[in-house]
Amino acid sequence: MSKKLKIIGTPVPKHDAKMRTTGEAIYGHDIKLPNMLYGAILRTQHPHAEFIIDVSEAKKLPGVVCIITADDVDTNHIGYKRDHPILKKNEANCTRDEIAAVAAETKEIAQEALKLIKVKYKVKKGLYNPHDALKKNVPQINKFSSGKFENKNIAEKFFYEHGNLEQEKKNSVAIVKRKFTLPRMTHACMATSNITAHYTKTNGKLLLYSSTQVPFLYQRDMAHALKMNPSDIRIIQPIIGGGFGSKLDMHPFEPICALLSIKTGKPVQILYSREEEFIASPTRQPMEIELTAGVDKNGNFTFREIEIIKDNGAYTSWGATTPFVIMQAFSSLYKIKACRFNALAVYTNNVFAGSFRGYGNPQATFALERVIDLLADEIGMDKAEIRLRNANTKGEITGQGLHYDTCGHKECLQTVIKKLKVEKKKVEKNNRFKRGIGYASMLHVGGGAKIYRSDGCGTTLKIDPYGFCTIITGSNEIGQGSETVLAMIAAEELGIELSKIKVINTDTDVKPWDVGVHASRTSFVAGNSLLGAINILKEKLNNKAAKLLNEKTKSFTYENGNIISPSNQQIALDKVVREMHFTEPNELAIASYFYEPSSKFQDKDFKGNVSGTYAFASQSISVEVDTYTGNVQVLDIHVAQDVGKVLNPLLLDGQIHGGILQGVGYALTEELIFKDGELLNPNFHNYKMLTAADVPNIHFYPVETNDKQGPYGAKGVGEAPLIPTAAAIANAVCNALDIEIVELPITPERVLKAIAEKKNNKKNK
Amino acid sequence: MEITFTLNGKKTICHIKVSTTLLELLRETLNLTGTKPGCHEGECGACTVLINGKSVNSCLYLALNTNGKEITTIEGLTKPNGGLDEVQESMIKNGAVQCGFCTSGMVLNIKALQLETMQNKKVPGSGIKNSPNRNEIKKWLEGNLCRCTGYVKIIDAAEEVFNKGK
Ligand code: FES
Ligand code: FES
Repeated sequence: MSKKLKIIGTPVPKHDAKMRTTGEAIYGHDIKLPNMLYGAILRTQHPHAEFIIDVSEAKKLPGVVCIITADDVDTNHIGYKRDHPILKKNEANCTRDEIAAVAAETKEIAQEALKLIKVKYKVKKGLYNPHDALKKNVPQINKFSSGKFENKNIAEKFFYEHGNLEQEKKNSVAIVKRKFTLPRMTHACMATSNITAHYTKTNGKLLLYSSTQVPFLYQRDMAHALKMNPSDIRIIQPIIGGGFGSKLDMHPFEPICALLSIKTGKPVQILYSREEEFIASPTRQPMEIELTAGVDKNGNFTFREIEIIKDNGAYTSWGATTPFVIMQAFSSLYKIKACRFNALAVYTNNVFAGSFRGYGNPQATFALERVIDLLADEIGMDKAEIRLRNANTKGEITGQGLHYDTCGHKECLQTVIKKLKVEKKKVEKNNRFKRGIGYASMLHVGGGAKIYRSDGCGTTLKIDPYGFCTIITGSNEIGQGSETVLAMIAAEELGIELSKIKVINTDTDVKPWDVGVHASRTSFVAGNSLLGAINILKEKLNNKAAKLLNEKTKSFTYENGNIISPSNQQIALDKVVREMHFTEPNELAIASYFYEPSSKFQDKDFKGNVSGTYAFASQSISVEVDTYTGNVQVLDIHVAQDVGKVLNPLLLDGQIHGGILQGVGYALTEELIFKDGELLNPNFHNYKMLTAADVPNIHFYPVETNDKQGPYGAKGVGEAPLIPTAAAIANAVCNALDIEIVELPITPERVLKAIAEKKNNKKNK
Repeated sequence: MEITFTLNGKKTICHIKVSTTLLELLRETLNLTGTKPGCHEGECGACTVLINGKSVNSCLYLALNTNGKEITTIEGLTKPNGGLDEVQESMIKNGAVQCGFCTSGMVLNIKALQLETMQNKKVPGSGIKNSPNRNEIKKWLEGNLCRCTGYVKIIDAAEEVFNKGK
């Protein structure tokens, strides 16, 4: 695009920041409808037990309007594998399990009623470790699973390979094999999960105020669960208080709330407490990754062989499909000649994981980048050099079939390597505090991901007779700022002031179809969709303007609310719209467009160009470790990311900082701790999220590769910043102390343990 | 029981239960939903309000203790003509707002620091004499969790408010 951009690329504050700063924004927690009831859910007391439930006493409590158990409802199972009953009958299989639900006149009465429900449990010994669940002669954990695999407790399986693995092993001068263990981290959105359901008996329509990030998939899932017609379900998204992937699945509390509303004919609201949020909202996938990798005598990577065991929990959510992304990192980050990948998701009596920003990629990148450091050590090569040597390049088609039409990997690496200079000597004089540096890169889809049959997004665009523009987009805003980017695009192309642009995106009855927020796709897909609609609308406007101005040309420019011809004749945009409406051939200033990225659905071997474009990033991180306490302090984080093109530097910074700090948390502090299926730290006091005081110096260098597929050349950015952070921190800690880290988070205890092990090893030598 | 306090500049009388928290009173009885519930256990700061100019977690503060006091919520920070407080302006300008669920609490806690700084300037020899520096701001905001922004822009926004005041 040769045209000089006026708005794209400038730091426009978030479209709706004002109302989010004044308390005027209405979140799910703020909704109050006339006659609204309050719902509450009874969960099992034991992660694995048979139970008999008696709600008769609870029903008698004044103010209780309705109580439901599995016996009272006729529903389909939910989840990606449809193996998850909404209300559990007779048997509980994980600590989250919903066994009854109440609707009452007040929150207090609802809670009181839960206490009056009598449940007799027969506690059973659960299987809390996937290795145990894979043993012979253990019970089948999920009775509703398809059972199509050789072991009844396997929920899902992935196999992928490219290249000649055996040959590449022979070509290797060094081979490293390690097993890594990744923890459960939770989204901890600041707004807890919430929903308000309003069923109208007279017309059989269900209205849901829901924080889902994928409203159209959700509508279909909800309809399936409730045995309703999808079109009878309308979803309105209030302002969403954080997503990060947690709202990709529909969770049982949502159809439960709908059922309470259907039964009572009144609006019902369910709000999670923070404790409930910790227990019952999804997590990042915990997994074990065993990685074997090799390098040849010149320092070129030869092969990677991967065995993954994922703890699926008791039911299967979208989280089970993270190997799609994990295998991509292993098959295609850095040049790699051969790759063989096996992943198992195994049912256990633990809670199930969901999708979380990065979708398996932080786990994969941690293993992969740790092993690169070890390979470099093996052959005595510099850790920066080995990465640069193997970095991906423009024009590359990877073993898995990803096309890197643009690729900023090398530039990202070069940038962060150059920027990070630690003054090691100065601080290490007293021997207590050790400094180290670490590098890591990442690859992620940057132009959507075709994991459904379509990865498209629709837009309807309208200009009103007053020169205001309304963008009705299929895409969603979950705080990431996509609305703002869309408004900027319209302002840029149509010459309309930002304040005259409205974005409508919260109502499934109104907006055109879209897959939803995932895979960092929104700006890319919705942006392209909007550009498509603008083109169509401009054609109409141009025709009318030409007529009104008596011009032959159809190439007008749009500026300051005017349409201007090459000979500098101009006419106000709002006037053209009025003339379209009021003079023949009367027509609306409206256009619709559906954008479908050029990406391909992968074949059954998981090969194919699954995204419109790919994003790359590298980070270099310095840390200081206190060898007395084991405390790790992150000093500087340099991050270079191939964003294609910076659309809005202010919002981009926000995505980078926010992602990185989640990555630091993943690396150092955040872990849900379970014992025999029960969560031990369901509060912010014991689940350590980082605070303002922990923020390291973050230095961000955007790399612009101008991908021709992206709007103005832009790629997706949302997930990338957190993906390499934990890996780079782990590498820096290992570098500082000359130890090995194979597990996250890198807590002080783990650091001290590794230091002690190192001493022991030395003694024994 | 009955309590009387000044809420966002207006004298307010409420009948409450002894156990009612200020957060419940604000959100449920008075319909001031700008104050956000993030945890109900004093750990996240989303529910921060000002009581006599000091920041307080309203989820742990019993409503009855507000008797005779002055309360400012996020709604009270906006001027009657719709204009914003300089802390709010700075948050917007610096891109410190993403989902916004932590924002009310952040804004009011920064406001509290600003008020304290102004107060201390008047009293020679007391506490923070000059405008707080970046590290002091970071420490001050420790009790307010944010999952979206990584805090950087929030700290920037606060810093800008104090730099202006210099
Ligand atoms: S809601 Fe009060 S501190 Fe979290
Ligand atoms: S902006 Fe979302 S929690 Fe702070």
